[in-house]
Amino acid sequence: MLSPELTAFFYLVAAVLFVLALRGLSSPVTSRQGNRLGMIGMLVAVLATLIGQDMWASGYGLIILGIIIGGSIGVFIAMRIQMTALPQLVAAFHSLVGLAAVFVAAAALNAPEAFDIGTPGNIYAESLIEMSIGLAIGAITFSGSVIAFSKLQGIMKGAPITFPMQHPINLALGVLAIILIAVFVVTGSQAVFWLLAFLSFGLGFLIIIPIGGADMPVVISMLNSYSGWAACGIGFTIQNLGLIITGALVGASGAILSYVMCKGMNRSILNVLLGGFGSEGAVAGPAGAGAADRTVKSGNAEDAAFILKNATKVIVVPGYGMAVAQAQHALREMADVLKREGVDVKYAIHPVAGRMPGHMNVLLAEANVPYDEVFELEQINNEFATAQVAYVIGANDVTNPAAKTDRTSPIYGMPILEVEKAGTVLFVKRSMASGYAGVENELFFRPNTMMLFGDAKKMTEEIVQALGR
Amino acid sequence: MNPTTQPVTGGLADEAARLADQAHALAAHAASLAAAPAASFTYAGIPFIYLFAIFVMACFVGYYVVWNVTPALHSPLMAVTNAISSVIVVGAMLATGLALSRWSRGFGFVAVMLASVNIFGGFLVTHRMLSMFRRKQ
Repeated sequence: MLSPELTAFFYLVAAVLFVLALRGLSSPVTSRQGNRLGMIGMLVAVLATLIGQDMWASGYGLIILGIIIGGSIGVFIAMRIQMTALPQLVAAFHSLVGLAAVFVAAAALNAPEAFDIGTPGNIYAESLIEMSIGLAIGAITFSGSVIAFSKLQGIMKGAPITFPMQHPINLALGVLAIILIAVFVVTGSQAVFWLLAFLSFGLGFLIIIPIGGADMPVVISMLNSYSGWAACGIGFTIQNLGLIITGALVGASGAILSYVMCKGMNRSILNVLLGGFGSEGAVAGPAGAGAADRTVKSGNAEDAAFILKNATKVIVVPGYGMAVAQAQHALREMADVLKREGVDVKYAIHPVAGRMPGHMNVLLAEANVPYDEVFELEQINNEFATAQVAYVIGANDVTNPAAKTDRTSPIYGMPILEVEKAGTVLFVKRSMASGYAGVENELFFRPNTMMLFGDAKKMTEEIVQALGR
Repeated sequence: MNPTTQPVTGGLADEAARLADQAHALAAHAASLAAAPAASFTYAGIPFIYLFAIFVMACFVGYYVVWNVTPALHSPLMAVTNAISSVIVVGAMLATGLALSRWSRGFGFVAVMLASVNIFGGFLVTHRMLSMFRRKQ
């Protein structure tokens, strides 16, 4: 048994190691070391807790059993998961943190003596406030993440689900939750606790359903943030330094990512959360009337190969479509062939490409694309003018010049990759269908654009073959 | 023996005993005084404002550290923050190991399991992602 001061000191050590883990992510070179420090931090926190307290003998047994069962499940999932399925994995993991917070809050309510916050039925009011906040955020994180997971996994349709009076209803439920918290603090009642839990589950569910599939990067970041605040709430409840610091780190991280994602779409967080984006587009934009009378130049793999081979500089713009088609490996093969021909190949990543922040970078890394060939929007946007070819694969809205010129467009003001400045734009796409925002991409009709209709992976493989000939 | 001295000494003994009692009472009173603020002050533990100060400072640390993360590593950032937020396992372990209530130990056990999935899964998937990021050969 350690003194409380010593235990708290070890929690502080763990928290510092977590900060260093995040610090390591400032560069791929230091990131692996950072991740190791994070693991050591977790080990320190767990050991300090186990050694720091005189627990029931059976308690130690249960804890170890729980760690073995949960740990094996975690290892199994992490080893098997495909990199394209990362967004739904992260959503699922968020839901577990949320649910764990709910259970710890429930445990603290039933056994406050274990955390020195009073006796059953007689818990300090301050602890009850903290407990109920931790509980509510945890429950919202859980059900919200389950919905995000279902949308990303395709169990639920990605389209926003809206109904009349949606936002007033959500608001009313939110107010009700605050009232329940107040009642809970006064009474400390078990029934109110669980009522609040279920109300929060419902609230998390209702908050996420109106948000469309392509807004998931924001949603995941936001739930990431929530899971941190939930951990913080529990940290305050049980007066644990490590939990408070770590929760704040995670909360801040998720909030910053949400901000970055919103900025990448030039939308406010409120606009994303209110949801419904892109729903009307699906009805209004069946390729529009313009498609009929405007000419679209389309080509095949041979044409594309010819253009690519004669370029000196090619910039590849990947999007979610690349992930869906699993085209990243074929893409890297194409780049390899081109590089052997002396072509300079670079990759341009839009902040909101894919279904979670940094999704494209991971997929390209998986396909062995060196990270120093992959650039962010600000770094590479000036280079399109000097590139002979922009190869757009699975992206659409993020290249639409209407974002710069058309004030009426829903994507007006969104920073875009200026692919239209390249000599030729090769657009790999299944059809002329509009993107997520429901707007037609006028780039399709430009004279320097060549549409390559087909599956992203198949088309790229055909180009590789054609290049070999 | 001088008969007059006995009452004096007896009186002294009485006096001493009375003083001792008084001292005892005072000590008890002092102890209760010392204990009283601790009891009325929410918990025996740390005042809220100290925890809150730590929380606010940690938010700032998080803010500056995370802005330094390169956007290329935003996915591993999410995975690793997920893993470290599972330090909530600490609370779950305390409930499992210390609680008197069976319900609480059950809740704690489930929470230990859930958080462990995240800890192992989160760090491992982060490791998998990071090991793929390679420089040009």
